[in-house]
Order: sequence, then C-alpha cells, then structure tokens
Amino acid sequence: MNTTTSDAVLVKNYIYGNERALEILVLRHKSRVYNFIYSKVLDRDLSEDIFQDTFIKVIRTLRKGTYNEEGKFLPWLMRIAHNLIIDHFRKSNRMPKFESRDKEFDIFSMLKDSGRNAEKQLIVDQISADVRKLVEELPEDQKEVVYMRLFKDMSFKEIAENTNVSINTALGRMRYAIINLRRLVVAHNIVLTE
Amino acid sequence: MQKLYDQGSKKMNNLQPKQETINFILNFSKAMHIVKTRNMLIEVHKN
Repeated sequence: MNTTTSDAVLVKNYIYGNERALEILVLRHKSRVYNFIYSKVLDRDLSEDIFQDTFIKVIRTLRKGTYNEEGKFLPWLMRIAHNLIIDHFRKSNRMPKFESRDKEFDIFSMLKDSGRNAEKQLIVDQISADVRKLVEELPEDQKEVVYMRLFKDMSFKEIAENTNVSINTALGRMRYAIINLRRLVVAHNIVLTE
Repeated sequence: MQKLYDQGSKKMNNLQPKQETINFILNFSKAMHIVKTRNMLIEVHKN
C-alpha cells in the first residue's frame, strides 16, 4: 500500500483496521476538501472546523460499516463537506448569538488572589490564553456549549433551550468537548497548572 | 459530480489545513472504536 493505491483499496484497508490507509486518504484529499470548504465559508478557522468534522464523519461512517463503496470516495467526501457547510449556515442563521457584554471575558479575572505576584500572574494569563486557544479548536457545537457552561455559567437546561437540542445532547457535547480538550492538551504538550 | 467539485476547487488558492487538525483527525481515528451489541453500535473513545 502506497500513495498510488486507489481510494477504494485504501477505504477497504482502513475498514479492516489499517490506520495508515486513512492517513494516505487524508493527505491525498486534504487540499481539495479544505479549499472547497474555504471557498464557501471564507474563514480559515471555520474551514478547519468543518474540515475536521468532515473527516470525523468519514471515520464514523467507515467504522460503522455503513459506507456503500461504489468507487466514488471523493464525491462522497465532498458531499459530506458540502452538507456540513449547509448545516453551518443553517445553524448560524437560526441560532441566537451569545456575546458577553464585556467581550474579552476572562474566567481568571473572577478569581480573587491578592497575593499573586507578577510571575504567577503571567503564568495564569498564559493558562487562560492556552485554554481559550484550545476551546477555539473545538467543533462549533462543542465550543458553544463550553462557552455557555463555563464562561457564561448557564445551566444545561438553559443551554439545551437556547441551542434547540435536548439536555442529553447538550451534556453529550460537553462530554466530547472535555474529551477533545484533554486530547488537545496532550497533543500540544500544554501544562495547565500554576 | 466529481467534475463539478474539481472545477470549483481549481479557482481557489492552494490553502492547506493545519497540521494539528490532520493530527487530531488521525488521533481521533486511533482512539475511536465501535462496539457492536445485539441491537446497536456504540462508539467508544480510548484516551
């Protein structure tokens, strides 16, 4: 198996557990998928999120054995990306925006610590910035739940009502957000302690 | 269908997703497993 192996063979190999096959598929199609997404949303960060969600959907479908192989992997991949772009625009039109009154809300500004010296303050600022960056890397639905729960202190009932999903879905998104944040902390070698 | 998508993408600049996004996808795949029960498929993530 190498970079000239057909998509169909790579898909089959991946379904049988070969992770390298997925890597080749991602590297082969990343540019085309990413540029397609960017051409529609014109936002780099959003393109990253939709690109990530596209391949996660691919992984889930292949792993669940619900992919119907007809030698058309790329059109299928692009259709997933296309559908996620449409979902994004539908959601952004429908969903109310939750903007903090003070736009740069900082969770650490709420913690009173008069004994903090300049060095500690720098570390806290760095942790705060790191957490914000990590949250930004989450998929849109998870990011939204994290902001509402942690930064806006909303209950899961309120989050569910405001995002038009069930409480279970909101809880599930929070759970996946935490899993993803932990994974990102490890991947980025970030130390989130004072 | 493929032709349509190809035509569209040629007009764009050659942008690339971040390496960390690629890594996230590949790590997600490695961590994700499907457990088959009698009636349903359950998605499991290993840390």
